[in-house]
Amino acid sequence: MSSKKRKKLSPVQQQYQDFAKAREPKRPIFKNCAKAFFAGGIICTIGQLIQWIFITYFKFDEITSGSPTAATLIFISISLTSLGVYDHLAQWGGAGTAVPVTGFANTIASAALEHKSEGFVLGVGGNMFKLAGPVIVYGVFSAFVVALVKVIIKMLGGM
Amino acid sequence: MLKGHQTWIFESKPIIAGSAAVGGPFEAQGALAKDFDLLHDDLWLGQDSYEKAEKKLLEQACETAIKKAGLKKEDIQFFLSGDLINQIIPSSFTARTLAVPFLGIYGACSSSMEGLTLASLIVDTGFAQNALVGTSSHNAASEKQYRYPTEYGAQKPPTAQWTVTGAGAAVVSAGGNGPHVTAATIGRVVDMGISDPFNMGAAMAPAAVDTIEAHFRDLKADASQYDLIATGDLGRVGHSIAGDLLKKHGINIPEEKLTDCGILMYKADQPVFSGGSGCACAATTTYGHLINRLRRRELSRILVIATGALLSPMSYQQKETIPCVAHAVSIEI
Repeated sequence: MSSKKRKKLSPVQQQYQDFAKAREPKRPIFKNCAKAFFAGGIICTIGQLIQWIFITYFKFDEITSGSPTAATLIFISISLTSLGVYDHLAQWGGAGTAVPVTGFANTIASAALEHKSEGFVLGVGGNMFKLAGPVIVYGVFSAFVVALVKVIIKMLGGM
Repeated sequence: MLKGHQTWIFESKPIIAGSAAVGGPFEAQGALAKDFDLLHDDLWLGQDSYEKAEKKLLEQACETAIKKAGLKKEDIQFFLSGDLINQIIPSSFTARTLAVPFLGIYGACSSSMEGLTLASLIVDTGFAQNALVGTSSHNAASEKQYRYPTEYGAQKPPTAQWTVTGAGAAVVSAGGNGPHVTAATIGRVVDMGISDPFNMGAAMAPAAVDTIEAHFRDLKADASQYDLIATGDLGRVGHSIAGDLLKKHGINIPEEKLTDCGILMYKADQPVFSGGSGCACAATTTYGHLINRLRRRELSRILVIATGALLSPMSYQQKETIPCVAHAVSIEI
């Protein structure tokens, strides 16, 4: 708990935080990191394999193969989400399954599935980007800021 | 009759004439499977939404409890129920099916004992012959309500808990045979500053301890009067905190007497993190497992302390801490 948050608590509450903390199992951070490393690595290796297939057997080069590779990974991720497998993989893989494009596809597919019961417009349409929305908003915004910085530096005669 | 500060003694000793527990697929593989009256192998129960599935669970629990009490729907004067879904729709919609005068209640996961307390009060005061009390929770519906979509891949910490899919119901009657409700302690809302919704056990443990302390103080009783003292859904984490906290407060409950419904519910090899939670956790364990043990005379006097975390997804996002409540009911045979 951050020190700022802690300051808001009364001394009795603060005392209890320590009392409880001493009796809680900790998140196995090292184990989680190792698992995430392997899970993420495996997903990327599969991606590499898919890219190699696109380059070797179809008429793609290293640049144009990017999109079909991502699309294939997204398709696999959505299929696993629909089959109810991806959340179990994620409990094991943690950040390793969340960070690659498969994790992003999972956020959208899981939200769409979850809210299908409220109809296709307000349910699926309205909630599909519930989890992916913040990623898109801040992703686009940070890209804009970075581009702005680059343009300014260029205008000032740099680069 | 009020005794002490916050405890009611039911002098007429209302009878739990019939009780029922209905569970889902994960509970069917759990440690208490044989104590459920009905188990489903489909999380959807053939419905097209999880909310409808939860309603179905509650309807079945109510029907079974009425049948086991040897009564008909028409014999029930009042129905009290609560659950975790927004505006308690599984409860209200079940009341629509039952067409019995209905009082909706909300105490999060403490709803089971809140309901049993109020039903006992209604029967004890002579305002009803038979009152039906129920509560339900559904794992996927609760995840949707409080956390993330069910299929979303988020890693949960070891302090997280698994919401029980199920429903429990009981008919409280002025006459008949069976275990009877002797006393109940209404809990205060306690907030010890825990704000992590994946650590409900630690948040709720102080509320459970506060209510147990109040119960013993009001009745001038101690643990020796009970064969079993079961908290609602603290899980392994909350259970160990509550145990130590009780010792710290000078209340001595032997380890074998103090248990938790969230620990009893599942087998050790099921991936439920710290243990079970949800309205149905305390409800199905009490109305199934514990009542069965009372009827078999393996136990003669128990205290059930259902614990509830009174947070909402909005209060959590607004960085509020989690206030909790616990209600204790003493049941004897």
